[in-house]
Amino acid sequence: MRHIVLVASLLIAATAPALAASEADFKAAYAAADAAEKEAGSLRNQWLTTETTLKAAKNAADKGDFEAATASAKEAEALARASIVQATGEKDRWKDAEIR
Amino acid sequence: MRFVIALVSAALAASVIVSAAPASDAPDPAADAEAFRNYFVTKFPKVKLEDFVNGPYSMNKDMRRQWQEKEEFPPYEFALEAGKEMFAAPFKNGKTYADCFENGGIGVRQNFPYFDAKQGEVITLELALNRCRTANGEAPLSYVKDEMASLTAYMAFTSRGKPFDIKIPDDPRALAAYENGKRYFYTRRGQLNFSCASCHVQSPGERLRAEILAPALGILNAMPIYRSEWAGMGTISRRFITCNSQTRAVPEEAQSEDYRDLEYFLSYVSNGLPISGPGARP
Ligand code: HEC
Repeated sequence: MRHIVLVASLLIAATAPALAASEADFKAAYAAADAAEKEAGSLRNQWLTTETTLKAAKNAADKGDFEAATASAKEAEALARASIVQATGEKDRWKDAEIR
Repeated sequence: MRFVIALVSAALAASVIVSAAPASDAPDPAADAEAFRNYFVTKFPKVKLEDFVNGPYSMNKDMRRQWQEKEEFPPYEFALEAGKEMFAAPFKNGKTYADCFENGGIGVRQNFPYFDAKQGEVITLELALNRCRTANGEAPLSYVKDEMASLTAYMAFTSRGKPFDIKIPDDPRALAAYENGKRYFYTRRGQLNFSCASCHVQSPGERLRAEILAPALGILNAMPIYRSEWAGMGTISRRFITCNSQTRAVPEEAQSEDYRDLEYFLSYVSNGLPISGPGARP
């Protein structure tokens, strides 16, 4: 758990926008987030939060606010990556919780 | 949220202790079921084994009294009547649900889910009902709405008191389905990083917001359930989807393979405990 939180916050920190984001920035960020979320989907481990953050990114972009849209897309990618870390870690770790 | 964090750390602490036990990797469902039952019986020495089927109402005397009061004017009565009528009503081709089930569908709920060797998959009661419909030219019902809840309520009612009798045939595919259900049950998911076990094994009897968590032993015996919060009945499918969403995980499709395998596992480890459905919850 702590690991996941850590990974998520590192990723979010790393994505703080430096300069005003353009539509191209948004498109790149969104594509990366979407790809990560698809990977989480193939592991059957998507998070609702990732989905809502992806939607928020799209909505902001539709309104022409690429700054907010890019920030949301990057956050969504971080969330999707955290869910992938979780799924990978749980592959064997679930056995530790089993009643025996 | 503070509760969530407390739960997570309690769960982590508990899992450390459990993992210290010697682990054998060959699947052994019978041994699993025995250990599962022992865990709950030891954790709740005052709860009679057959009472675990009443979910949150089994957890203490106060809750038990509330349950007895509720059973006097059960809120699922309406669904039960509706289910009985639906069950008897013929399809357009003249056949009925009774034609699809052993013993005309009466008193058979305790045998679901079962592993179907022909199809190579787990068949739950909800799935069997919809397969019955489509085989007779009818559109399938929603797995999360009232009609499916009413039908399963009626079928459960005719099986009250009969112990769960789930079989795992000597077939590697059946064992794999059971193991997949077990994996699903213990796997953490969602942004809150909870497994089904985090709540229903590590924390039964504890409060989560306004609700008392049900123990995983016997957790499906009372399904479907009426819930005041839903202002209506909920199927097993609906409950699984709701519980997944609570952890901020994207739920699977109702009756997905994972969900059916999960139901297979949870029902098997409750073998011997009586069907008590339909149930009513606060
Ligand atoms: C965050 C805690 C939490 C997690 C994780 C969770 N549940 Fe639940 N579950 C609840 C709450 C709260 C209720 C409603 C109160 C109750 O009956 O336990 C509930 C109720 C249920 C019920 C109905 C029990 C009854 O007698 O009313 C079933 C069945 C169930 N959960 C199964 C599952 C399964 C299967 C999973 C894993 C996919 C799961 N739950 C994960 C919190 C959780």
